[in-house]
Amino acid sequence: MPRAGGVERPSRPATQAMVSLATDIVRTADGVPLKVTLRRVDRARKLKAVALVVPLFLFILLSFAIPIGVMLFRAVDNPEIAGALPNTVAELARWNGDELPDEATYAALAGELQAAHKSKTLGLIGKRLNYELPGVRSKIMAIGRAVTKIEAGPYKDAVIGIDPMLGERRLWTVIKSAGEPYTIFYLLSALDFERTQDGDIVNVSADRAIFRDVFLRTMGISMTVTLATLVLGFPVAYLLASLPARTSNLLMILVLLPFWTSLLVRTTAWVVLLQTEGVVNDALMLLGFVDERLQLIFSRFGTIVAMTHIQLPFTLLPIYSVMKTISPTHVRAARSLGAGPFVAFWRIYFPQTVPGIAAGCLLTFILSLGYYITPALVGGPTDQMVSSFVAIYTNMELNWGMASALGAILLAATLVLYLLYNRLIGIDKLKLG
Amino acid sequence: MTIADRQYVEFIEVQKSYDGEILVVKNLNLSMRQGEFLTLLGPSGSGKTTTLMMLAGFEAPTHGDIILDGRSISNVPPHKRDIGMVFQNYALFPHMTVEENLAFPLEVRRMPKSEIEEKVRRALAMVRLNEYGKRRPGQLSGGQQQRVALARALVFEPKLVLMDEPLGALDKQLREHMQLEVKHIHQSLGVTVVYVTHDQSEALTMSDRIAVFNDGAIQQLATPNELYERPENSFVAQFIGENNRLPGKVVLVNGAGCTVEVTGGGVVEALTVNVIGVGAQTTLSLRPERVRINPPNGACANVFPARVEELIYLGDHIRARVSACGQRDFVIKVPNAEGGVGLTPGADIAIGWKREDCRALDPS
Ligand SMILES: Nc1ncnc2c1ncn2[C@@H]1O[C@H](COP(=O)(O)OP(=O)(O)OP(=O)(O)O)[C@@H](O)[C@H]1O
Ligand SMILES: [Mg+2]
Repeated sequence: MPRAGGVERPSRPATQAMVSLATDIVRTADGVPLKVTLRRVDRARKLKAVALVVPLFLFILLSFAIPIGVMLFRAVDNPEIAGALPNTVAELARWNGDELPDEATYAALAGELQAAHKSKTLGLIGKRLNYELPGVRSKIMAIGRAVTKIEAGPYKDAVIGIDPMLGERRLWTVIKSAGEPYTIFYLLSALDFERTQDGDIVNVSADRAIFRDVFLRTMGISMTVTLATLVLGFPVAYLLASLPARTSNLLMILVLLPFWTSLLVRTTAWVVLLQTEGVVNDALMLLGFVDERLQLIFSRFGTIVAMTHIQLPFTLLPIYSVMKTISPTHVRAARSLGAGPFVAFWRIYFPQTVPGIAAGCLLTFILSLGYYITPALVGGPTDQMVSSFVAIYTNMELNWGMASALGAILLAATLVLYLLYNRLIGIDKLKLG
Repeated sequence: MTIADRQYVEFIEVQKSYDGEILVVKNLNLSMRQGEFLTLLGPSGSGKTTTLMMLAGFEAPTHGDIILDGRSISNVPPHKRDIGMVFQNYALFPHMTVEENLAFPLEVRRMPKSEIEEKVRRALAMVRLNEYGKRRPGQLSGGQQQRVALARALVFEPKLVLMDEPLGALDKQLREHMQLEVKHIHQSLGVTVVYVTHDQSEALTMSDRIAVFNDGAIQQLATPNELYERPENSFVAQFIGENNRLPGKVVLVNGAGCTVEVTGGGVVEALTVNVIGVGAQTTLSLRPERVRINPPNGACANVFPARVEELIYLGDHIRARVSACGQRDFVIKVPNAEGGVGLTPGADIAIGWKREDCRALDPS
């Protein structure tokens, strides 16, 4: 096929007709407008770029984005009562809440409890109502059994006759709110709030309040661990960054050693070391530093020691890699300009390490928030962090709403801290090397 | 000794070794007047930076003493030496603005704020960067950064300023411009400058005196003119400018002159500079521009036949490569005078040079 423009053109009348200003359009040698060719080339390049990220993108979508979305949804999702008692819930929509519901509502409840008894789903209803009215589960089971004996209406008095609880507004308020498709009940509970009969949000009584403590503890432990890793890691990073390559590589292997053993092994090693009859206590006794053995493990101290050990490389490595990029001539320049060793370090060297400190600390803090195994193994009962409650609710209580609400609040708290951090230090200043 | 010629900086038998095996600075003796511009010139690894670092206080001499203004500074830490320093890569503090960089040496000296502002302003004006005070070093061009580094090293008015290849990273044009600028600042402030470079033309244009370093020792310490005209050994002759090297053997020494039998053939009359005596090996050094083509009879003590091998046109002059005295890469520079040079490749010519232009140096 001839490639010369003049011969080619007649074979493309359509293009010619559409492009009225044909003379103004730059064309490639074979007559295709330059922009079209460019777009074609670009598209191929973009497709290639997309193809490279698609696997990871799908993986992250499936393993991260979707689960988080599901979690956030579960924290407000409320399907149990609406599914099991649809008619009762529908009747309750008319209820003003001031006095007891009417006969129709009682009839609907009786009918649905009978059905639930038959289909053995009473347990589900009991469990859900039990979240808001502790102790109600067994009563619901008994009521379900008794209600099958009622053969015909009027139902109201008969039902109240089974259990006086059914003649109280409290239960009905709970059924009504538990029957809504979405609820903030789990989120409120996760922050130690509850709703009164009149719908006001109040603090739960002191003996039932646990989660605020747990969140504060989680933040506190994470901050302490972050600070400890910074205090311990910074000097080491400084040493590593200033030593000749051969020595620093050797030391770096020692720093990275914790990465090469399993978390479980490391944690149990701390149990061996720190227990009352353990190596550390033996040594302290032998050297006469203490008169009686210390409680080092199954305590806050043990938790923080073990977590600091595990997290140290995460804080240290970003600091180290940022320090590596700081030219040693900066400190020399400062010295030659008249600054003593400390001033040169504090005013010239340290500010340049801040992005690394920020990155390392943020990493350690966020990872620490999610600790679960380590506090469980080396902490005491008052050292458990949010994650262990999430685990308890998912694995033992099968209360996904509560587990999700705790997770959602932890996520929100982390985001708030992150924004605060961004405001104070600036996320663009973060440097991993 | 009068005040005027009192030495300001003195290195006395200074030696330096990093590893206890190799001396990177060997028995360095050097003295400088106040206000002098001294350049350390030498190939890579010859110990220039090490010498500078010992003066600045970042390396301790392994042996010997360094005297600054009549006082030994061996026990004075770097920040108490009051020596301004310009580093090869500028070493500007990236997290500070230009003004903060300049204010730093004044702040650590606890000067009052108003005085700091005034001095910073004047220093910026000196390097003509008044508008750039609020920028970070990363937002400046190489030449601007260089000028900030210079201003920072001078702002606290040190008597001595050290510069380690400060222009190394700049392109040719900017480098030449900055050379003049540095020279100008030196003259107007009257500071003493020790300057390190391995660019010989930079050394020649800027310095009062040049110390040519090689292998940890000063090969020659002299004014630029003297170094070029009267190199004392074959390293200096080779390192500064271009020269033709003719190896040979001394057959006669006659006071200031000597006669040398060139290995490639021919007997040359030369100046005795650095030869042991009759029978010794020597290298004759001869600048290409001192060789004359077809000299008139009796004008030159040395005349030899030569054949033109190659001509390279360089605008203002022409480089001719000829074979003569058994050398195939004997180089002659011919000024591109009116009417051309009248050389053609392959032509047989005569070349000649005066005795005074040919120096008998150590064999190398
Ligand atoms: N910190 C050090 N430890 C060990 N050896 C060093 C150190 N610094 C320099 N040297 C060695 O000392 C010798 C002289 O180095 P120096 O830096 O003084 O050379 P230089 O003349 O400044 O060279 P250049 O022109 O390349 O900057 C070199 O052989 C170098 O390898
Ligand atoms: Mg150097």
